[in-house]
Amino acid sequence: MRLQTILLMIPLLPLVGDLTAGLFRHFVGRAGAHTVTILAVGLSFLLSAYVAWEVFFNNLPVLNYSVYTWAISDGIRFEIGFLIDSLSALMMVVVTFVSLMVHIYTIGYMKDDPGYQRFFAYINLFTFAMLMLVMANNFIQLFFGWEAVGVVSYLLIGFWFKKDSAVKANLKAFLVNRVGDFGFLLGIAAVLLYMGSLDYAEVFAATPAVEGQTMTVLFGWEWQVMTVICICLFIGAMGKSAQVPLHVWLPDSMEGPTPISALIHAATMVTAGIFMVARLSPMFETSVTALSFILVIGAVTALFTGLIGIVQTDIKRVVAYSTLSQLGYMTVALGVSAYSVAVFHLMTHAFFKALLFLAAGSVIMALHHKQDMRQMGGVGRYMPITAATAWLGSLALIGFPFFSGFYSKDLIIEAVKLADRPGVAFATFAVYAGVVITALYSFRMLYLTFHGPTRMDEETRSHAHESPWVVTVPLVLLAIPSVLIGYFTVVPLLFGGALEDAIFVREAHDVVAQLAYKFDNGPFAFGLAGFLTPVFWLAMLGVGLATYIYLFNQALAERLKQRLIWPWTVLDRKYGFDELYQTVFTGGGLKLASGLSRGGDRFLIDGLLVNGSARLVGRLSGLLRQMQSGFLYHYAFAMIIGLVALMASFVLLR
Amino acid sequence: MFDWPLLSLLVWLPIVGAVALAMLGPRYPDLVRPVALITALVVFLLSLVLYAGFDSSTAAMQFEERVVWIAAFNVHYHLGIDGLSLPLILLTTFIGVLIVIGGWTIKDRAHLYLAAFLVLQGLMVGMFAALDALLFYVFFEAMLVPMFLIIGIWGGPNRIYATIKFFLFTFFGSVFMLIALIWMYLQGGSFAILDLHQLPLSLSAQIWIFLAFLIAFAVKVPMWPVHTWLPDAHVEAPTGGSVVLAAVMLKIGGYGLVRFSLPIVPDAAAELDWLVIGLSLVAIAYIGFVALAQSDMKKLIAYSSISHMGFVTLGLFLSFAIVRNTGELTGAGLGISGAMVQMISHGFISGAMFLAVGVLYDRVHSREISSYGGVANTMPWFAMFAVLFFMANSGLPGTSGFVGEFMVILAAFHANFWFAFVAGTTLLLGAAYSLWLVKRVFYGEVANKAVAGLKDLGAREWLLMTVLAVMVLGIGIWPYPLIEMMEASVQNLVEHIVVSKLD
Repeated sequence: MRLQTILLMIPLLPLVGDLTAGLFRHFVGRAGAHTVTILAVGLSFLLSAYVAWEVFFNNLPVLNYSVYTWAISDGIRFEIGFLIDSLSALMMVVVTFVSLMVHIYTIGYMKDDPGYQRFFAYINLFTFAMLMLVMANNFIQLFFGWEAVGVVSYLLIGFWFKKDSAVKANLKAFLVNRVGDFGFLLGIAAVLLYMGSLDYAEVFAATPAVEGQTMTVLFGWEWQVMTVICICLFIGAMGKSAQVPLHVWLPDSMEGPTPISALIHAATMVTAGIFMVARLSPMFETSVTALSFILVIGAVTALFTGLIGIVQTDIKRVVAYSTLSQLGYMTVALGVSAYSVAVFHLMTHAFFKALLFLAAGSVIMALHHKQDMRQMGGVGRYMPITAATAWLGSLALIGFPFFSGFYSKDLIIEAVKLADRPGVAFATFAVYAGVVITALYSFRMLYLTFHGPTRMDEETRSHAHESPWVVTVPLVLLAIPSVLIGYFTVVPLLFGGALEDAIFVREAHDVVAQLAYKFDNGPFAFGLAGFLTPVFWLAMLGVGLATYIYLFNQALAERLKQRLIWPWTVLDRKYGFDELYQTVFTGGGLKLASGLSRGGDRFLIDGLLVNGSARLVGRLSGLLRQMQSGFLYHYAFAMIIGLVALMASFVLLR
Repeated sequence: MFDWPLLSLLVWLPIVGAVALAMLGPRYPDLVRPVALITALVVFLLSLVLYAGFDSSTAAMQFEERVVWIAAFNVHYHLGIDGLSLPLILLTTFIGVLIVIGGWTIKDRAHLYLAAFLVLQGLMVGMFAALDALLFYVFFEAMLVPMFLIIGIWGGPNRIYATIKFFLFTFFGSVFMLIALIWMYLQGGSFAILDLHQLPLSLSAQIWIFLAFLIAFAVKVPMWPVHTWLPDAHVEAPTGGSVVLAAVMLKIGGYGLVRFSLPIVPDAAAELDWLVIGLSLVAIAYIGFVALAQSDMKKLIAYSSISHMGFVTLGLFLSFAIVRNTGELTGAGLGISGAMVQMISHGFISGAMFLAVGVLYDRVHSREISSYGGVANTMPWFAMFAVLFFMANSGLPGTSGFVGEFMVILAAFHANFWFAFVAGTTLLLGAAYSLWLVKRVFYGEVANKAVAGLKDLGAREWLLMTVLAVMVLGIGIWPYPLIEMMEASVQNLVEHIVVSKLD
């Protein structure tokens, strides 16, 4: 089979699966729906793996070609096409693998749901959209994938559309993302204006010529064009990858079924922003201002959203805030030009965070859709596989040496330390502090859920049992890369040049290259050394705190909360972002809307101008009608007045 | 086959069919619907023949027909099409078929209802094909009559206010156009539109003519602030009336601007482009907010239409600002093509949305959003289509709603950062009012007994929704054929309007 046919099949198979399961859902039935969609994604995964094999092991040269011409207008060609290099190959494998795991898991998780086929159709459609996004060789397709994954996310957050909270959350998610897309679209428009094309390769080729040009945006304030473009594009990433202050939608997206929290809101879609910046690294490299902006936003997100995770009681929300914080880490890596490290963390995070979500989902299933950790405890006794995999995922998350997350997170911290640009000082503090916080909330969650005395009611406890194999097998299959993938891929990916064909870093910015010496003795030595770093001891501090408070002295947690009620309240209210947005944007927007509708349209235009002029004509004609009285002497009198006036004017004006 | 006067057939065949319907309808009630459907279908197929024979590589007029009409004033019955009119004609004949299918269940004087639509369709095609300004004017005004009747007879309770408002608004505007046309005839001795394109005019004359045209076409578009007739007309119109009004009649304004204002008075257009751009941006942002505040579904869609039409007028008038800002023409054609695509796309999307409201109205007899809630529980397939169309309305890539807006925003950025910025607010506002409506109508628990008793789409409704969904997705995924059809004419227009016509 020709390679191009294979590449075309990779996204199209899930699309076909989606249409089959969605449009013919009554025809194929439940078993038919999951068979078709899993086959589609499974094949897609195998083909992606084959492509990745060719790229990484057989040195397949970068493929950049057009699939079809979307439009030609004004001499500008808009093409839909694929760019297959190490970055897209890596993403394709990650996306299809996690998607496949989630598909299988869903058989168990959604087995009693009346919307079974619809759910499979949606996640297949999502896989299609995400693949289009990562395989794109141009901005239009990128934007298509970008918005399409957003729509599927919207549909899936609102999957249980009878629930008011779900349909509120999905509208919120879509609109907040649209704020980001607004910036993204302006960025794309600027790219077309200054680079004259929307094709990646052509845009990258034109970038050096644009560097140094300035534009005036506001009040004669000159901006570097590249800075404006990069910040606009990054605003898009802030929406999709949920960076402060556009992060508010992600915790609420937990209203959706857990499998999609794992797939969309942890492993794939939310990392699209990270992927985009890495993909466009030749552009972002030209603007240190934009990179500093990215760095600070990432650091803020990493630190402050992680803190919220400590006070959450809903198991899924803990994982959600953890996702926000980890996305912040990736963004920080982007901000210090360590794009490859960001992508590396994206990959390891995809595995261990999908694992954590699915493990949380497994618990939720066992407890009959209870998500409150205050009513859990000791669950591990009933669900050994779930508990064990959750432990592995958490160890990866806190960066325990040799686990996948260790390599990626440690390198982010090292990269930040080496970087030199505005914002680095704060970012260094944030990533170090984040280590303690991550360990604290991760182990708090583990203890509250799986260990200690049980707080389940008798009814729930008697039914608690390990989940079926369709659930546990994906957990195990995700646990394997969560533990091992970092160890095996860190050297080739970051220091062996595997990503060099996709990611461009200026020599002066290249902190990753400066880290290479640490791996002179291989990943094993680096892992051993990991036990001696301050990062490790910071993590242990968090683990220790969590162990003491939540395992041995649970009364202390409540006392601490009372003692620290102020900071606790701030965290519990999530710094007030939701209230602020609700009042200012939602409330303000609706008030403005009804004000404009009543005051502008109905009162001013329709009331005064339209109907007003009709009334005016009516009144005037009423007046004129008075004059047509029919009495001869009225007319004669008017004629005399007219005559006098006429003569007077002749005399006076002469 | 191409020797046939195809355009005349497209204009007069529906009108002949309408006369037949009106006369024979009472005697053969069973034949009314089939005859109307066959007429509409034949006309649509003929328009496809037109498309097949159309040469998109040239901007010259094609399928021309020309006979003397009023010799004393040099008026001709002159028809012809180029890349700007063909897509609109195809849209008209396509929507024509849908209207007949959509009006299948009309009980009250169905023969007259369908006849009125067929007449309207013929007149609209005539207007898009007219190459003589006076002929254009005749079609332009004559169209008001069937629409007036459709709303006035088959409309809602407040239809009299709505029809009078509709008639006065549009008639008021077109009088100025007639004056301008006559004045130009006195200058150049011809009503032929292509002659008017070449007629040299002083700047002050151009400005007066420009304003006269603007009033006529702005009402039709409709542009802010002469838009308030549209929500009222939509609310009172029957479903078919709303569909034609939104899908085709609103395009007349945009078509008029592109056929008359830009090429006939380019210097005035360059001089006053700030006016049109300003009004367009107000329409996009301000009307977007107003749409958000509506509680009546049809009103909401009507305001959404006005907001989307803002992209049409914006795209058409960006050229001059682009030349001023960048010194080049790149992007000008993008704006005009984007405006044209937006017109076609809006035809499908707004038509689909009004049909969707019609589906609900037929069952529950309410247009109020608050009468619904949880419709997706009882009508899942319908909800799927509705979500698709409302997503398309919020400019989702992969649907036609994205293409035009995207092109116009790209072009707007060439002209001025802030044009693109304000236009870009539609991303948020459009999503907000579209999806908030979806949330309130389709999601949630079943709100009341009426919703609980809803039956999902019937076969006829399935057909309508599917056909429209295919068009919306088709243009979104592959806009190439549509844009290619108009490209030569757009480039020709761009080159024409940047050349001064001053004496």
